[in-house]
This record gives sequence, structure tokens and C-alpha cells, in this order.
Amino acid sequence: MIVEAGHYALVLALALAIVQSTIPFWGARKRDAALMGVGVSAALGQFLFVALAFAALAQAHLRSDFSVLNVAENSHSAMPAIYKFSGVWGNHEGSMLLWSLILASFGALVALFGRALPQRLRADALSVQGLIGVAFLVFILATSNPFVRLIPAPFEGRDLNPILQDPGLAIHPPLLYLGYVGFSIVFSFAAAALIEGRIDAAWARFVRPFALIAWAFLTLGIAMGSYWAYYTLGWGGFWFWDPVENASLMPWLAGTAFLHSVAVMEKRDALKVWTIFLAILAFSFSLLGTFLVRSGVLTSVHAFASDPRRGVFILAILAFFIAGSFALFAWRAPALKPGGIFAPISREGALVLNNLLLTTACATVFFGTLYPLALEQVTGEKITVGAPFFNMTSGVLLLALTLLTPFGFSLAWKRGDFLGVAQRLAVALLGGLSVFVALLAVYRGGPVLAPIAAALAIFVMLGSLTEVLARVSRSGFGAGRIWSRARGLPLSFWGGAVAHFGAGVALLGLAATGFGAETIASMRVGSALHVGPYEVRLDEVGTRAGPNYQETVARMTIRSGGAVVAVVEPARRQFAARRMDTTQAGIATLDLGQVYVSIADPALDGTVPARLYWKPLVTLIWLGAITMACGGAISLADRRLRIGAPARAKAGAAAMASS
Amino acid sequence: MTRKGRRLILIAAALAVIGAGAALALYGLSDNIVFFYSPSELATKHVAVGSRLRLGGLVAPGTVVKSANENLKFAITDGGGQIAVTYQGLPPDLFREGQGVVAEGVLEAPDVFRADNILAKHDERYMPREVVDSLKKQGRWQESTGSAKP
Repeated sequence: MIVEAGHYALVLALALAIVQSTIPFWGARKRDAALMGVGVSAALGQFLFVALAFAALAQAHLRSDFSVLNVAENSHSAMPAIYKFSGVWGNHEGSMLLWSLILASFGALVALFGRALPQRLRADALSVQGLIGVAFLVFILATSNPFVRLIPAPFEGRDLNPILQDPGLAIHPPLLYLGYVGFSIVFSFAAAALIEGRIDAAWARFVRPFALIAWAFLTLGIAMGSYWAYYTLGWGGFWFWDPVENASLMPWLAGTAFLHSVAVMEKRDALKVWTIFLAILAFSFSLLGTFLVRSGVLTSVHAFASDPRRGVFILAILAFFIAGSFALFAWRAPALKPGGIFAPISREGALVLNNLLLTTACATVFFGTLYPLALEQVTGEKITVGAPFFNMTSGVLLLALTLLTPFGFSLAWKRGDFLGVAQRLAVALLGGLSVFVALLAVYRGGPVLAPIAAALAIFVMLGSLTEVLARVSRSGFGAGRIWSRARGLPLSFWGGAVAHFGAGVALLGLAATGFGAETIASMRVGSALHVGPYEVRLDEVGTRAGPNYQETVARMTIRSGGAVVAVVEPARRQFAARRMDTTQAGIATLDLGQVYVSIADPALDGTVPARLYWKPLVTLIWLGAITMACGGAISLADRRLRIGAPARAKAGAAAMASS
Repeated sequence: MTRKGRRLILIAAALAVIGAGAALALYGLSDNIVFFYSPSELATKHVAVGSRLRLGGLVAPGTVVKSANENLKFAITDGGGQIAVTYQGLPPDLFREGQGVVAEGVLEAPDVFRADNILAKHDERYMPREVVDSLKKQGRWQESTGSAKP
């Protein structure tokens, strides 16, 4: 019954989404406040009913109701409750429902907190958001209904894919979708601005909080996905330039460019048309990612069991929104009043260069991802464009960007003093250079890219600190003065400094992968191997029973200079329901690096084939990403950036003037 | 600086970055593309020895030999041809005889392939798409069960 209610709630949500996409738009054209107000209640209602549908599906999964096809195919009564719950989105139908839920929740956010927005802008943005909702709800109901019943109901489910039975599934997809789908609201605001034919600095202030939310979640989602792949796939890789990973990187690059250009728009009322373009681009890449994952055009760890009808449907949605928004852009953008052109040596000049590098990097990722698909369609030849291509193109462009970052961050708006900034950054430059020279000397004949990346990482980190120091000590070096300066600086400055520092931290972690060590060998009980500065000894091999699997566990102790520093238990898990094995890596975090061990099934003579890695500073990759997201959150807390703050401030000023 | 001069600098910067991106992409493409072949295509297309490629098909039954130092030998077949593959390292979780596999590496002799990376399917319902396509060409694909004919 609850399941049918969930299905019905989804149909009602579609009806409300249709209302949301039409009535407020019509109201905005008629300038009728009552009709525009319908958008608010429709958005809240749509969110409520999608949430009810999601709850209905979640309870079917939690109660292992195998009369529901989706549960029977993707769940098992013996799974722990957390995996039963995360299994709701561990399949195509359920994850589309999560997608729609997040889409509707961003619409609801605008409805709830957007009271201070210009009425027509809000009405139009809610309409566009409603239209995206219509497309995806129709898609779910027509091709991917999660509420289909299975009669007769089986006694047991087919189990969730064992690779997905991991806390990673509870964390990675929701974060990633919050990021992906978060850009929908930025897109809706851009479309609304184009429809209105008016855009100004105030628009930038309305949109920036949403872009920051989406960007921070996307950063976390990508980082958590990469850590999950790292510990679960068993060979220590954390980024594969897999098309689906690229699909999440492209909106991130476009979104990062947007965050920087929207700052120029807010401060200097320039780059307006370009910012709108980036807003459309970021969400277009989100849609492209959805298409790549769900259409079956490519094979990857992420591909869902595919159905051609779905691919065509999503392609139609993709074509409609991308072609529609770019047509709107081409038609209306010339009507927008262009902003001024500014001096090349200035903060805004540096941000333009930042945008050029980010979008060009994004274009190379796009090319490398889609070229093999296009070539196969045209000539039938099957090729792969792998890591070397992406390192060569987007990697190099992003390294150039990190060299630029501290300069841009330290330059003043309007007219910057390049020599002054270079002087201020001398310490940071020297720090980076000395790291480069030291690494080259120690690892003579080793890789060149890794020392360059490490040097740039140090430069970015020191550069961010330098700028903070310069700002807080501007009125003197006394502790009290520094404290009051620090409190006086806007949170958006602190956010930027933290995010840039985090980017440096992550880059340092990436660079350090060039200095790791790796061994593959068959180990006997009692034998030991050296990897990096550590010794790893195999103590015993045994078996254990989990809730829905059996595992073979190798217990190993890690010693440094004779003293035991950690114990790891790499394992092989056998899942009976799907007759499938998975590898559980044994990972010990030592300082900021990790010893990573994965094993294969023990041979008949009792030896255990094992792969051992020493990965110095590897945790910095993810700690850096978390720091970047924290920077986004700090910026978000800036009072001037709160949704509707500009209008309140204006009202306050008016009240003061009249009193 | 005049408005015109500033605009020129902006356009020059844009062209420089985009040009650099395009140059890097072309350079990267000339060096780093890896083609996919099935064993029967490899036999007919005269691929140069020493080139880097991806080879996909089924692990031929009865050919998997594991020896010391994690050396692995097996053959990849698609029904039309068979290529011997050597690999040093641990095979992936779902590497089994008769299952779909894609190996990336270097062709050392016309019928000997040294793999440095092996990909197997990651779910019993799923087979690498390239392998499915080449099995279809050889008439060894069963649409009904979504698996290779025995």
C-alpha cells in the first residue's frame, strides 16, 4: 500500500511540477503577483511529494519488501540496515529518485528563502527549475519506475552489488548529486536573467550562495568518490580518468570558473554575459554526466544496467535543455548591457586568465572523454584516451593555473601592482623553488612533473598564508591590532584563502604519488617484505563470517625500525548471493601517508599473493579537498552573501534614513 | 591604456590560452591513443609489433597458468583467433576462465602480448562492451542470456 502511495505521490509531484513550470512564468509576463506566488507553493509541494515517494521507496528497502521489483533486484534480507538504506540509490531507478528529490529541494530552498529576490526573477527561476523537474519526473515515471511490483514475490532478494556494500555508497552519491544538481538552480537563475533581459551585480549576490553550496558539495562528492575507489578497487589508484569521473570533473571546472567570474561581476559589474554562459555550461555538463552514466554509451564502474529507451530519453532531455538554453543565450545575451573592460594587471584581469585556463582545461577533458565515442560512431575504430593524454593537457593547464593563483589572489581590484605583489610573494616563490631543487637533488633521474607539482603546491600554500599575513598586519603588528584586522576582513576573503590553501594541500598529495613505492609478491606466513620505510610481515591467514559474506583475512603487522606501528587486515570477501568476490584493502595511515595492502585468493600451497604500496602524504589529496569545501562553507557564511541580504540591507538603510 | 588596447590584450590572452590547449591536445593525441582489437582483428589487421593496444575477448578455458613471482599466462580468444598473454601482478577479482577480459599492454610478437593492466567485468550481469561487440561479430554472443555461447 505504502509503495502504491509512493507511486501516486510521484505522479502528484509531476502535476505540481507542471504547475510550477507554467503558472509563475505566465504570472511574470502578466506582472500578476498572485500567479507568480503560485510558484512558491508549487515548489514546496513538489518537494513534499517527491520526499514522500522517496520515503516510500526507502521503507520498502528497509523492510526488505521483495514484492517490489527494485528491492528484489538490489537488496537482500541479510544486509546491514545502512546498506539496505543506501541501496535505495544503489540502482538506476532509486538514484534517479534521489536526483529528483535534490532537484526539488533546491527549488524549495529558493521558495523558502528567496523572499527578498526580485519577484519576477524568482518566478522565472522557479519556472525553469520546475521544467527540469517535469523532465526528470516524466523520465522516472515513463522509463524507470522504482515502484513496479513483482508477482509472485521471491523469498530472497538478488542482493546489492557487493562493490556497493560499503559506507562509500551512503556518502558519495548524495554529496555528488547535491553538487551536480545544485548547479541546476544556478542554471535556472541564468535562464531567468536571460528571459528578463536584465542582469546586474545584485543577481551575482543572489546566485553566489547557491553556486557555493553546489561547488562545495561537488568538491566533497568527487573527493569521497575518489577515496572510495582508492580503498575498494585494490590497486591503490584514486583517479582513473574514467569517462564518468571526467563527467563529474567537467561541471566542477566550469563551476569553479563560475565562482571566480561571478566575483568579478559582483565587484566590478563586468563579465556578465560570460558568467551567464558559465552558469549554463556548468549545468549542461551535469546533464551530460547523467547521460553518460545512464545511457549505456560507455562502460565503467559506474554504468548502470542499461536500457536503450532510457538513453534516448535522457538524450532528448539533454538536447532540450542544452539547445534551449544556448538558443535563449544567443537570442537574449546581446540585449544584456555589457560591462566595462579593465586593466590586464589587476585582480579582475587575473580572474579572466583563471577563467580561460579553467574552461580550456574543461574543454580538453571534454574532448578526451567524447572523442573516442565520436570516433567509434564515425569509423568504428575503438580507442582509449588514457591518463597520459589528460596529464599532458588538462594537467598542464591546471598547473599553470596554480602558478597564477597566488598572484591573482594578491593583486588589487582595478589597478594592480605586479612588482609589489611579486615582492610580497618572494618568500612563497623561494619556498616553492627550494622544494623543487631539493626534490630534484634527492630523486635524481626521477619524474620531473612530480617535483614541479610539489613546488607549485608549496607556492600556493605559502602564497595564501602570505596574503592573509599581509592583510591582517596592515595596521601594525600588535596582537590586538592583528586580531581586530582579522575580524574585520570579510568571511569571503577567509573562504578564498582557505580554499586556495586547500588546493595547494591537495596538489601536494597528488605530487607525492610520484615518490611512493610498490611491491608485488607471494607471501608465506611469517615472511616479511619491505615497502618504502616500512617492513610488512604476514602473521596469519584465517577465515571469518560476515552478515552476508565469508572472508579470507590476512593479518599483517607493519614495523618501522623493529617497532610495531600498525596492524592491517586485507581480506577477500565472497558474496554467496551474487557468486562474486571483492577485495578489501588493508590500510594503515602513518603520519600523512598510508601503507596499502591488498591480497588475492591464497594459492593451494598456502602462499598469499599480495600487493603492497607505500603512499607518502596521500591523505593530503582528500584533506585538501575537504579544506577547499570548508573554504566554500566559510564564504557561504559571509553576511553579505546570504540570500536576500542585499535587499534587507537596502531596507535597513531606508529605515535609518527615515528615522 | 586605451579601451581598444585593453580589449586587444584580452583577445590575445584568450587566443594564447586556447591555442596552448589545442596544441597540448594535438600533441597528446599523437602519442597517447590506444586502439582496441579483438584477437581475430589482430590477426587480419597486421598491427606492428611493439605497439601499445588493448586486447579484449574471453579468457580461453584451460590456458591460465600461474607461476612464481606472480607471473600469469593465459590466452584471449574470441572464437576467431587466440593470442597468448603474459602479465605480472594480481589479476582482478572477476578474472576467470571463459569470462570476458580486456588487457592493455604491448604486442611483443604477432601472437604474444605482454599486458600491464587487466580489466575484467565487475558484476556477473555485465561484460566489457568492446568484448560484447567482438563476440557479436564472431557470432558467439547469446542475446537471450547476455553471455558468451559455450
